Amino acid sequence: MSAVATPVEGALEVDRVDSHLHPEGSFNVDDHPVPTGREEIWRFTPLKRLKGLHLDVPLSGTSYDASIEAPEGVQVERITDGSLKGVSGLVPWDRIAARALAEAGETLAVTIPAETELDRPVFVTLKGTGTDEATATHAVIRAERFSSATVIVRFEGAMTLADNVEVVVEDGAKLTLVSIDDWADDAVHVGHRHIRVGRDAEFKHVDITIGGDVVRHDTTAEYSGPGGSVEMLGLYFADAGQHIEHRLFVDHTAPKTKSHVVYKGALQGEKAHTVWIGNVLIRKVAEGIETYEENRNLVLTEGCHADSVPNLEIETGEIAGAGHASATARFDDEQLFYLRSRGISEQEAQRLVVHGFFNDLIRKIGVPELEEQLAATVEAELAKNVLKELA
Amino acid sequence: MSTLEIKDLHVSVNTEDGPKEILKGVTLTIKDGETHAIMGPNGSGKSTLAYSIAGHPRYEVTGGTVTLDGEDVLEMSVDERARAGLFLAMQYPVEVPGVSVSNFLRTAKTAISGEAPKLRTWVKDVNGALDLMNLDSTFSSRSVNEGFSGGEKKRHEIAQLDLLDPKVAILDETDSGLDIDALKVVSEGVNRFRERDNKGVLLITHYTRILRYIKPDYVHVFVDGKVADEGGPELADELEANGYEKYLGSKV
Repeated sequence: MSAVATPVEGALEVDRVDSHLHPEGSFNVDDHPVPTGREEIWRFTPLKRLKGLHLDVPLSGTSYDASIEAPEGVQVERITDGSLKGVSGLVPWDRIAARALAEAGETLAVTIPAETELDRPVFVTLKGTGTDEATATHAVIRAERFSSATVIVRFEGAMTLADNVEVVVEDGAKLTLVSIDDWADDAVHVGHRHIRVGRDAEFKHVDITIGGDVVRHDTTAEYSGPGGSVEMLGLYFADAGQHIEHRLFVDHTAPKTKSHVVYKGALQGEKAHTVWIGNVLIRKVAEGIETYEENRNLVLTEGCHADSVPNLEIETGEIAGAGHASATARFDDEQLFYLRSRGISEQEAQRLVVHGFFNDLIRKIGVPELEEQLAATVEAELAKNVLKELA
Repeated sequence: MSTLEIKDLHVSVNTEDGPKEILKGVTLTIKDGETHAIMGPNGSGKSTLAYSIAGHPRYEVTGGTVTLDGEDVLEMSVDERARAGLFLAMQYPVEVPGVSVSNFLRTAKTAISGEAPKLRTWVKDVNGALDLMNLDSTFSSRSVNEGFSGGEKKRHEIAQLDLLDPKVAILDETDSGLDIDALKVVSEGVNRFRERDNKGVLLITHYTRILRYIKPDYVHVFVDGKVADEGGPELADELEANGYEKYLGSKV
């Protein structure tokens, strides 16, 4: 299969690179064998709990309600001819993405017209109403040239969902996409996000993952022109038995581009499992780029498991900067001692430390209506274990 | 009335070669209104004494007693000790990212007094305490100790001493790493605390410099985990002139 050919990409001569970081994609489901769980991209995922998303179960379910609240000027369309599938340059790179794209009956298309600056966010809510039948959805968010917008997508309730969200940030546009997985305990969500960032465009992804039984997100960003920047901020909280997996890939396909990725997670309860894969590829053409990725996990109780794998592949030495960091730790005894030596109880000290851990990230989100809500979410999660004895 | 009484305290730490005894029988009584200076060479166990009284988990008490107004301090958890009236100003205050100074101070004050401080007076109190330490009001929105200079960390410790108002303050090398201006500010803060009724101070220092600003009532010389000599303020003068050689020499 060939990469999607667009004039811009062609001009940049994005070569194929042999690496597991970017397997060759295909729209044809049969080109993607059923995973066994031994493949590099599947080895962390509990396939048995995917309710057949990776097999052949139909994805024609409709157990959900979707609602959208958009400020004036935003175009919202439901397109059924499939014409927008792959519009961001997405070529499904695994079986679930291919199946979801093939089977999604309609595309929810949200367009922020050129030079439109929104003063309040677009809210999209998907509320699941049952996990029995599996569902595929497809959405396209397009910020046209020099527009500026925040789009908040919230997932709640319970469903079995495989989705593709394609994002096109055109030249000079600024888009913040907030994605909140606030599922009920039994939801299964395998999501793919593909973002194309235009010349001098800015894309910020705020990725919040709290609920669900299994949530796996593949997020890929690439650049269609120089000067684009991508910021990805992730916050996740895994409880007992929950599997939360983030697989990120920033493909520096143009010069002078930037990427900054920070994902922070907390784990609590028996068999809470988180996976963070942070892949960055700096292609030959991508001179003068800057990239930094960071993952930090705070393990709050016994019996949790955090996997954290940063990968950096560099094909040109002419870069401004590249780095990554990964750390998984329990509470820092010295921090707790310091706080407790001021009379603060152990649980209260832990609470402060966890809030502090996330506050650093929450402060960077830049969406005021969300920041307070997230602090409250962190508090509610803490109430499950850390604060139990305080109640 | 408050008395911190340390009797025959033995403390060990775990090392790769097994437990190592650091404090080898320390006896010391600090009554209210008194300031005691503990001086001694590096490695003599001064900081171990401070952290053991505060309850740091690294230090294992193997013998002796510590009581505050007759209450068994060693039975208390770290935070119970603080609520009972002990305060340790640390040599190396710990960074707590994402937790603002104001949130930290309010949480600590609430824990120690058992109720949330009155909002109106509290903000004034905090700003006043910071101001006395030459810390401006933006300081309270910074993360605890994160990116603080050495001097800011120490001044922040003394601002806490002011606001939390313990019975007994243990100051662990609060003077180290301070320039002369910061040393004066910190010393004035400690002296204001001493002027309050019924306060005890245990001032741990390697150098005599701070004792020019904070006059101790008693000076104890610490060598090899024990009190090797005791006296009044004149002992500090003698140490300033002659150093610790005399005590180290007698050991050999």
